[in-house]
Amino acid sequence: MSAEQQNLPVEVTLHHAPSVNMVKRIWKTFWILLIITIVELGLSLLLHKLDLPDNTKRLAMKGVIIILSLAKAYFIVSIFMHLGDELNQMILTILIPLMLLVWVIISFTIDGSSYKYMRNRYDRTFNTKTMNLPQTKAPKGKTVPLK
Amino acid sequence: MATTATVHQTKWWSGGKSPFNVEYGKLMMWYFLMSDTFTFGALLVSYGAIRFSQNYWPNPGDIFYTFPGAGEANLPLAFVSLMTFILIMSSVTMVLAVYEGHRGNKKGVAKWLTWTIIGGLAFLFCQAWEWTHLLTGEHPALVNGHIQMLSQTISHNPWGKLVEGSAVTDALKNTSPDVLAKLVYEHDHTMSLAQLTALPHDQLAKMINVSELHVHEAGPIAFGGFFYGITGFHGFHVFSGVVINSIVLVMTNKGVFERRGHYLMIEKVGLYWHFVDLVWVFVFLCFYLI
Repeated sequence: MSAEQQNLPVEVTLHHAPSVNMVKRIWKTFWILLIITIVELGLSLLLHKLDLPDNTKRLAMKGVIIILSLAKAYFIVSIFMHLGDELNQMILTILIPLMLLVWVIISFTIDGSSYKYMRNRYDRTFNTKTMNLPQTKAPKGKTVPLK
Repeated sequence: MATTATVHQTKWWSGGKSPFNVEYGKLMMWYFLMSDTFTFGALLVSYGAIRFSQNYWPNPGDIFYTFPGAGEANLPLAFVSLMTFILIMSSVTMVLAVYEGHRGNKKGVAKWLTWTIIGGLAFLFCQAWEWTHLLTGEHPALVNGHIQMLSQTISHNPWGKLVEGSAVTDALKNTSPDVLAKLVYEHDHTMSLAQLTALPHDQLAKMINVSELHVHEAGPIAFGGFFYGITGFHGFHVFSGVVINSIVLVMTNKGVFERRGHYLMIEKVGLYWHFVDLVWVFVFLCFYLI
């Protein structure tokens, strides 16, 4: 016996009529994801190959890769998971709590790097153990497989 | 159910309908995925915090350079790219299954679900190969003044910085004949490992070409634990996704959803599967790309 026959309140949801355009949209998203992934890989391999001594440039390249990953996440959530088609209020109940992660990422990475700073300053064994000494660096521009 | 109407200008909160215009189970799936995002977020952030606290962290291109059947060829990130492609592809087949569900096409749903399951299994096999390779593949590492053969486990790994030639020569003097024999055998197969082990220490040490030998220090201890923990937890999600997909495939073929009049279950399972792909975007980012 269904809810309707029992005179219970029925859950009413309205649906968009499925459109043929959806298939087109899915494949378009697939190509976008694939291209972003290839660009990311290219940047990552370049980062590895260049082995830049300049910290800022390295971090900038990593920043670009992170932004590209966030773009991928946006396409997966918005189009594959159809979140973009839901009502705004529903989207916000999911996205607002996730903003906590922004705080988590900032505070914990800062905490980690401050721990490194303090150990380098006060614990000499830590410094000599894990500091990347110049003469032990691999030759520039040459990939040395670990084997 | 499935009343088609314009979504605009509807008074969602005036009663009689779901205010979010989402079926209860689907809404709860969204909230479960949100909580799961926090779980993965916490794991990846703890990895980040430890990585930020170290002076040295290995470069992913030096670790993940092997490909099944390619022997010792140096192909950084090639295999994991294939894994990523498989997962994106399976996400596409899943969203196509959801689309066929909207249209009430039972055959289409079953077809695309089958492809999704195949993609998930392929990903799991790739991960099993990668783990086996990392757990069993030994590399020379400098530990306490002598060379040891280390694989990547949760307690040690050979992914430290490269050791210079003179330090390697010194370390070879203190290294056990077993390890020396293994090092010689890697490049030279003229003698068997047993024959090499029987040779005197000095002779073995002379057979090793120090300039060809890439000895690294032991890497950050936390690397292995985070790698196996996080990729393993993601792999577990893939595995459970494959199991759930298989269950709904059987239900589809039995006509359960056809009788129910809608394929909402495929949508909910689809959300979970896309989430698995979404998490991989960030696991891929944190462990392999940067």
